[in-house]
Amino acid sequence: MNAITKDRSDTLAPFGTRLDGVTDPVRKAAIGALHRSGLPDRRVEEWRYTSLRFLSETPLAAPAEVYDAGQIQAQLENLGLSTGPLADLPRLVFVNGRYAEPFSVLPAEVKVSFFAKTQTFGSLSAPDRDPLTALNAALASDGAQLHVPAGKNGGDVLLVSLGQTDTPVSFHPRHSVTLDEGAQLTLISIQAGQGRYLHNPVLEISVAAEANLKHVTLQTEGQDAACLATTYAQVAERGTYDSFVLGLGAALSRQEIHARLAAPFATVHVNGAQMLGGKQIGDVTSVITHAAPDCISRQTVRNVLDGHARGVFQGKVFVDRVAQKTDGYQMNQALLLSENAEIDAKPELEIYADDVKCSHGATVGALDDDQLFYLRSRGVPDAEARQILIHAFMDEALGLIEDETARALCTQMLARSFPVAGESA
Amino acid sequence: MTQFLDISGLCARIDADGQEKEILKGVDLSIPPGEVHAIMGPNGSGKSTLSYVLAGREDYEVTAGTVNFQGKDLLEMEPEERAAAGLFLAFQSPIELPGVNNANFLRTAVNAVRRARGKDELDAVTFLKTARAAAKELSMAPDMLKRNVNVGFSGGEKKRNEVLQMTLLEPSFAILDETDSGLDVDALRIVAEGVNRLRSPSFSALVITHHQRLLDYLVPDRIHVMAKGRIIHSGGPELAQQIDREGYTRFLAEAEAA
Repeated sequence: MNAITKDRSDTLAPFGTRLDGVTDPVRKAAIGALHRSGLPDRRVEEWRYTSLRFLSETPLAAPAEVYDAGQIQAQLENLGLSTGPLADLPRLVFVNGRYAEPFSVLPAEVKVSFFAKTQTFGSLSAPDRDPLTALNAALASDGAQLHVPAGKNGGDVLLVSLGQTDTPVSFHPRHSVTLDEGAQLTLISIQAGQGRYLHNPVLEISVAAEANLKHVTLQTEGQDAACLATTYAQVAERGTYDSFVLGLGAALSRQEIHARLAAPFATVHVNGAQMLGGKQIGDVTSVITHAAPDCISRQTVRNVLDGHARGVFQGKVFVDRVAQKTDGYQMNQALLLSENAEIDAKPELEIYADDVKCSHGATVGALDDDQLFYLRSRGVPDAEARQILIHAFMDEALGLIEDETARALCTQMLARSFPVAGESA
Repeated sequence: MTQFLDISGLCARIDADGQEKEILKGVDLSIPPGEVHAIMGPNGSGKSTLSYVLAGREDYEVTAGTVNFQGKDLLEMEPEERAAAGLFLAFQSPIELPGVNNANFLRTAVNAVRRARGKDELDAVTFLKTARAAAKELSMAPDMLKRNVNVGFSGGEKKRNEVLQMTLLEPSFAILDETDSGLDVDALRIVAEGVNRLRSPSFSALVITHHQRLLDYLVPDRIHVMAKGRIIHSGGPELAQQIDREGYTRFLAEAEAA
């Protein structure tokens, strides 16, 4: 019982006085929950494999409002957003969690507002259940709120978050995407930056009946950064939420998604891939809730882990008693390139309906010796042969990205984060 | 000594479930330039092991003997160096590479070998033209270049894909490990013709087979009988018919007596 009574405020020390003196009721409630729970440690089941100790080592200040425009421009160029096919896309650029208008281009068919002005929190997230969501509610200062009216096609929109800091900071953007009936949108989220920072976004997604949201997230945060992102998605009748997360950057990252199939014939895809090396930790956590009959969920996550990197996969599929004819598939696959790399996989099925088709699986292995020898016997040098096989493994995952622009971006950024050292690590 | 390929006293073993198993027990074999030799022999005699050891597979430990290939110590070379030096192994069971496009795979291999041989790399257009022409000669369906390497290929398609690779990599010495197994007569003839097209004073081959049938189309200069990890008998192309009629019993008995 002492877990409930114990005040774990000490774990909030990195945020100093930033949590004091708040009057907004939502924020107050979030801070109250946060003081009771503290930041989770590994005794909390949902955080068993991912330690937040990284955060407790440094005070995390609120970021300064000024930034170096030259460096932001350079970051955008480095991401390939200034030239080529991405240059023409509408974009909402956030620097250290605040909207940066000079770098942004508003989309035509999408209504855009900003959390800084509206201060509306949305209703899908649950700060009392998840400390990182509570932390976001407590400290959010801005965020994009996208709204595609019924029947409209919002096209491709970039949502870019850049960190840019010389001293350790944290920022907690609060985004939302709402698609009305029959609306469509392709959202390409890019998370990148330089310096030591915590990026802690919350994204609420609401997909109405017959609407279709494609959402690709490219996480290529700075190597000293932590990215702890939580997405809450709700999909209505015959709606589709098709998501893919590619994780390449950050010292510590967690992409957590809660997707709720709320009405019949809804579809969600919660796919992803990550390629990590060094001492990176990358956590993909998902809870897919089938709350209505005849819904489909698909999840394929592939991990390539080198050096001392650690991948975490926690995937829960919950099928409510009413969710008959559920069709669920979940697969986590890991390729370990070094003896010191590690994957922790925890797939979970919790099924209360009796007429469902749900399968899940996990595989882990090294590069296949037969395949390597085959390539080398054809004259392909060892290092190149390894890269070909790693690419093949990842390409099969990236093939799940339907939007060609997003897929090309991910393919390019993935290729750039090669070479992973392979055997030499 | 032929100065082309000389295998002398070759012994090799494999670690099978913690047990070290001697498979090659002193293989002596020389193949001169421009000749096609065949190896026949009962199952388990070490034929495939010999081909893997020559191609550089790491599971096998060479414990004695030498292999000299065109003046170089073959056993000191990495598999890719052997390929660059002109050695090619057509696998008995070609490996599937999911996610790897066959045309890209072939081009990567061809250009890796060309680089190592000091030649210019082929650009995509030139390569595709060459590959398509070679595939056509082997009666391969055009879409086989677009598919993933050997994934979903029938047994015959896989073997043709091996011969296609051999054609494009321009080896000076090819080992064909039971390339005839699982092929019907038509496919067999196509594959044999593919090898025959490469025959020249600067191309040698070692054909491992169980059946005389392949050797009707691909007539060897010499046939060697392998058993229990050694070459126990060698002869001319007529040996194939004799083995087909009489089996290996006589050669085994003679080797036993010697």
